[in-house]
Amino acid sequence: MTSATTESVAPPAPASLRRRNRGDPLYRGVVTALALALPLLLLVLVAELAVNARPAMRRFGWGFLTSSTWDPVAEVYGAAPMIFGTLVSSLLALVIAVPLALGVAIFLTEFAPRWTRKPVAFLVELLAAVPSVVYGLWGIFVLIPFLRTYAVPPLKAALGWTPLFQGVFYGNSMLAGGIILAIMIVPYIAAVSREVILAVPASQREAALGLGATRWEAVWSAVLPYGRPGIIGAVMLGLGRALGETMAVTMVIGNRHDIGLSVLQPGYTMAAAIANEFSEATTDLYLSALFEVGLILFVITVAVNALARLLVWRVARGAAIGSKAL
Amino acid sequence: MAPVDATLLLATDRLTALFHRHAAVKEVSLLFPSNTVTAIIGPSGCGKSTLLRCLNRMHELSDGAWVTGKVLLEGVDIYGGEVDAVQVRRRVGMVFQRPTPFPTMSIFDNVAAGLRVDGRLPTSQVATAVERALQQAALWDEVKDRLHTSAVALSGGQQQRLCIARAVAPQPDVLLLDEPTASLDPAGTQRIEELCHELKRRYTIVIVTHNMQQAARVSDYTAFLYLGQLIEAGRTRDLFTKPRLEQTEAYLTGRFG
Amino acid sequence: MTVRALRRRAVSALMTGLVAGLCLLAVLPLLFILGDLVAKGASSIDWHFFTRSPAPAGESGGGVANAIAGTGVIVGLAGLIGLPVGIGAGIFLAEYGAGRLGFFVRFVADVMNGTPSIVVGIFAWTFIVKPVGHFSALAGAVALAVLMVPMIARTSEEMVRLVPHSLREAALALGYPRWRTSLRVVVRSALSGIVTGSLVAIARVAGETAPLLFTALGNLNFTTDVSQPMQTLSLQIYVYATGPFDEWHRLAWAAALVLMGLVLVLALFARWVTRERYGAR
Repeated sequence: MTSATTESVAPPAPASLRRRNRGDPLYRGVVTALALALPLLLLVLVAELAVNARPAMRRFGWGFLTSSTWDPVAEVYGAAPMIFGTLVSSLLALVIAVPLALGVAIFLTEFAPRWTRKPVAFLVELLAAVPSVVYGLWGIFVLIPFLRTYAVPPLKAALGWTPLFQGVFYGNSMLAGGIILAIMIVPYIAAVSREVILAVPASQREAALGLGATRWEAVWSAVLPYGRPGIIGAVMLGLGRALGETMAVTMVIGNRHDIGLSVLQPGYTMAAAIANEFSEATTDLYLSALFEVGLILFVITVAVNALARLLVWRVARGAAIGSKAL
Repeated sequence: MAPVDATLLLATDRLTALFHRHAAVKEVSLLFPSNTVTAIIGPSGCGKSTLLRCLNRMHELSDGAWVTGKVLLEGVDIYGGEVDAVQVRRRVGMVFQRPTPFPTMSIFDNVAAGLRVDGRLPTSQVATAVERALQQAALWDEVKDRLHTSAVALSGGQQQRLCIARAVAPQPDVLLLDEPTASLDPAGTQRIEELCHELKRRYTIVIVTHNMQQAARVSDYTAFLYLGQLIEAGRTRDLFTKPRLEQTEAYLTGRFG
Repeated sequence: MTVRALRRRAVSALMTGLVAGLCLLAVLPLLFILGDLVAKGASSIDWHFFTRSPAPAGESGGGVANAIAGTGVIVGLAGLIGLPVGIGAGIFLAEYGAGRLGFFVRFVADVMNGTPSIVVGIFAWTFIVKPVGHFSALAGAVALAVLMVPMIARTSEEMVRLVPHSLREAALALGYPRWRTSLRVVVRSALSGIVTGSLVAIARVAGETAPLLFTALGNLNFTTDVSQPMQTLSLQIYVYATGPFDEWHRLAWAAALVLMGLVLVLALFARWVTRERYGAR
């Protein structure tokens, strides 16, 4: 048969138009593999923590969370004081940091003269750039002496009758830890709140101003309520930071396995316990107990962070708000 | 319709372009004779840009975009299974509405960008090709002394001619212009229109425009699209002076669109 | 004007003053810290400080040459490991991250960003120190790399996303394959942003201490051998600040000033890189 080429039969594609592009699948493969490194790392990290924490979990069960005994000699471990100390120091930090951070965010978005906004925002960002260990150094040699001389005596005079301010103040204490943490998390809360407030539609503000509200009233009654979930998210991101912060806290909190109500007394946090004791842990069970502490810390911070992000996303959907600050 | 002849380079055969289930171009069959300028006109949203983007397989880059029917380049269906879209685009160059110089590259490197894709051309030939392309785009005299400065510093009209130079540097067979003067001032527009007359000696040009006067000025053939359908196509002179269909006449006289 | 209106204006003015005051109060510690660093650290910085390793405990004189070199080695190594992975992951998220895998990776990156650095230290210990049997700079670098990767991935993603779609189309229309479009045009255009993000991440991990405590451990002697324990500025500050000697405290302040200066230079350089390209923005 001879093949008479007809109009309906298209000629085969010449070589010049044929597929010869091997680069695309290769490129996609490489960057996908690199991206998969992240979940893989996280998986390995969690698995390692869990596997190594197993012996302590088996031995102490849920009692690990509630027992206050931490006795390496008797090989009895309970993490209640550190969990308590972690939560209290972080909450204390929030109490101090939230008004400051919101002040920064509101001032910079609503009231500050335009030319001051960038420099002030930069200074606040710099607070986040100061290494943790430098905060610790400053806490030991500047903050604690200051507290001892100027801040604690009037505090005790005014509030000494409450259980929160009882006992002798030696320096290293929950209070010192909380203040240092507060200074450290202000930039995170401020940065994210600022972005949240900026993401509030201008119409909200203008509507309030149009009704004759003063600028403050517009902020208070229109902007902040609209951004509330996002601001709560920002605060929780700060909380997540505070919970996991290690060095500065370790250096000023006193590192004592104790549960006390007074913020003037030393305390302990989970991160500090790991930092102090991990390389000294001589027995397998001791090490395993520290792994369990690490696992608890990890689970709490992940939960707080995940919740925080959900809240921030509700205000500024999809935008990668706060990813720069975090 | 244009007569089918041996020099036929580009044609569509019942081409339908879809976004998900919505057809933006419906069963369009068109012939684009070699070394002519064909204008595609129609009201905005009529699918003229989509049609153009099908001719070098740019359409399929959008989300959910696909086509049925054929686009024939020298008789070969560019949507055929063996054909690589990347190779098609090297033979069918394109210039967009807004100038898109690569901001990180110099003027020279912008024009050389398409030449270097394969990395096969020796350096001396690249320089020759860049000069040739810039001359074809009537830009050489304005930039020959600053070839290695940033392309972003050029004016809008210069940038657009740079993009034309970049598109013609690899010597494609076809040049697609998607409203190339939409963001230019009258002087810039005029230069691009003059260029079309020059460039058709070497390339087959398809230009999308919403400006009927422009179509009348630059093109040899015109196709009128409305709601994704080809209403009428023919020699520009004929179409503008004695359109066969009332719909075409209505559009040309500004009664809608 | 009514009394009520006056009162409302007064409240507005008062609250404006209050938020301005809070803002000032928030920035104040930074000024104090920087001031204290200079006041207490600058006088100890001399030639020996940069060229000598620490003197034996209690004696005066030594420097922190070992710690400066160690910081450079460990952070550099962390960058070598972390930058390619982080930038690659960022490119994936920007170019191919529209689907479920992208969403998942993005979520994981955010989770990892919130992971306490001390936990990452434990991870590096189990992963490297325990199997090898001794502390090493390499383990410290791996810990810092793990901290860097999610930060860099997210900033790189954002930077690549900022590149206009039209540029990508222009390259594809020119017959660029997708990978070349991505690398030569899109990533190239985002490069200054990616560099900035990387510098910020490097500055962040350069000050990290917690993940190094039981990985790099610290070392009183000068070494560049990454399989051995190694000192960093941050570790040295920790040891000196919590130690008993005044001489140590003095060196701790000086080392902190140097570390802070390093971090500041990186942060300012990062800003400068961005400013260069986007000028007035």
